[in-house]
Amino acid sequence: MSEPRFEVQVEHRHAPPPADAKHPNTCPKCGSHYRDDELAESLWVCGHCGHHFPMRARARIDWYADPESFQEEAADVRSEDPLDFFDTRPYAERLAQAELNTGQGEAMVIGQASIDAMPVELAVMDFKFMGGSMGSAVGEKFSRACDSAIERGAPLVSVTSSGGARMQEGILSLMQLPKTVCAVEELHDARIPMITVMAHPTTAGVLASFASLGDVTIAEPGALIVFAGPRVVQETTREKLPDDFGLAEQNLRFGHLDAIVPRAEQRAYIARVLRLFT
Amino acid sequence: MTEREELNLRQRLSALSRLPLLRGARVDAEAKRLERQLERLQADTSDDAIWRSVELARHPERPYTLDYVGRLIDDWVELHGDRGRADDGALVTGLGRLDGRTVAIVGHQKGRDVKERLDRQFGMAYPEGYHKAMRTMEIAERFGFPLVSLVDTPGAYPGVAAEQHGQGGAIARAQAEMSRLTVPTVACIIGEGGSGGAVAIAVSDRVLMQENAIYSVITPEGCAAILWRDGSEAKKAAAAFKPDALHCLDLGVIDGVVPEPPGGAQTDHDAAARLLRTALVEALEELEETPGEELRRRRRAKFRGMGVFA
Repeated sequence: MSEPRFEVQVEHRHAPPPADAKHPNTCPKCGSHYRDDELAESLWVCGHCGHHFPMRARARIDWYADPESFQEEAADVRSEDPLDFFDTRPYAERLAQAELNTGQGEAMVIGQASIDAMPVELAVMDFKFMGGSMGSAVGEKFSRACDSAIERGAPLVSVTSSGGARMQEGILSLMQLPKTVCAVEELHDARIPMITVMAHPTTAGVLASFASLGDVTIAEPGALIVFAGPRVVQETTREKLPDDFGLAEQNLRFGHLDAIVPRAEQRAYIARVLRLFT
Repeated sequence: MTEREELNLRQRLSALSRLPLLRGARVDAEAKRLERQLERLQADTSDDAIWRSVELARHPERPYTLDYVGRLIDDWVELHGDRGRADDGALVTGLGRLDGRTVAIVGHQKGRDVKERLDRQFGMAYPEGYHKAMRTMEIAERFGFPLVSLVDTPGAYPGVAAEQHGQGGAIARAQAEMSRLTVPTVACIIGEGGSGGAVAIAVSDRVLMQENAIYSVITPEGCAAILWRDGSEAKKAAAAFKPDALHCLDLGVIDGVVPEPPGGAQTDHDAAARLLRTALVEALEELEETPGEELRRRRRAKFRGMGVFA
């Protein structure tokens, strides 16, 4: 028998940020700094170098959808904690914290809207909610968005931004891959078009499921789009990574995307595609 | 509970759970009683037992796909290559006879010795492997052959070339292909069911798991590295996300548990193959009576129903 050991973990609630951490409104590429209203005005794109800051789901919906046209669906769907998962903090606590921080119930917002007066269904992810990770609630919301699109005969516009499956839900989070894939297959069978916009980052479980199945797939400039992230690849294979490893630009070159579209042009691009399909 | 009693109970449970009993379709008194026993057994599934499954699932002597193919399949014809770029040794595919009927087989293959392990990338497939699997699935669909998947991978290969060749898209499209099939499909996790690389070939009408196999969203080491920031906390991580067969059964992720010989499949490959054959054949016989369109509808409904939310 080994001696009993007490595990002590101290979390510093008010610890100063690490010295190299930048303010969220400071461009990580060129160092330009913006006020909140300046960023909102520029759709969270750096006016100096074109870097795309993360964009919250609500802000993106406001940008894509015709004014007053968005009607949210399945807003009350919430994750549960089937495994009573506990790492350094309980999963239930992380969920509550995420909801407080984001004002959103989950990492995806879905609903009906119109773009240039054409009806669409929107399914938009929000990276700020637990890294946009996909658990049962995200899988369910995406599936319901597919159902709603089929029911109304409206194309689905899906925006992805996710670190992958939500580990805290264990194997059930992996099952959201086939679940969302099956939902897309029903969309395909009903001949409802699906346009996918990949924002930074679109990785792992989300890339390996519904995100890759769009009829037309575009990405934001500089978005990381990989199944395995750079750190995992480096640690597993000790390979030297190319400078643009996994970025949207490389994905375009290797044939995984139809186009890279800067944020300011996305609304017009999506409208053009929608007109072709309707 | 002694190990013997436990095995006996697991065998009976797995026989029952091959019927759609535990998911509530035909619940009668017997199933309820067994369900209660299952609950008790699960309460007994200690952290140590979960870790034992992790170790047995990765045991270097555990039978791999080709070990089972050699024991279960007559007239085996391996199909090589994705017709585009390569032949991925980490994922083998082919045709053969199982109990008299022609079946298509896709399965991950780890290597037995160092050279073979390297050649087969430790069972971690490139997109080319999934493209090859899709090619075999198409043959199964065209000729009405049932599809048997044997899952045993730590995960899809994480490498620069794999990303450039479209790893994420390949996994997504393999699942989409499986959700379109109108032939009976059975998958069994025979070792490690690691993440997207595993589920890519396991979107099946019946998903079975060997008693000591694991099925998880990430490796215990990977989970520990991310959530505990310490890869050596793997045991703690495994206890938290519960990748063992009984928990997967309880969560409705799999349809049945296939027993292994006492001590694990590595102790007796022949006995493990016999038990696997019984489970696969029973599952296929049950599915073969259902029309193809109905199989597809039920398969999609099953996966659409997975998850726990409020």
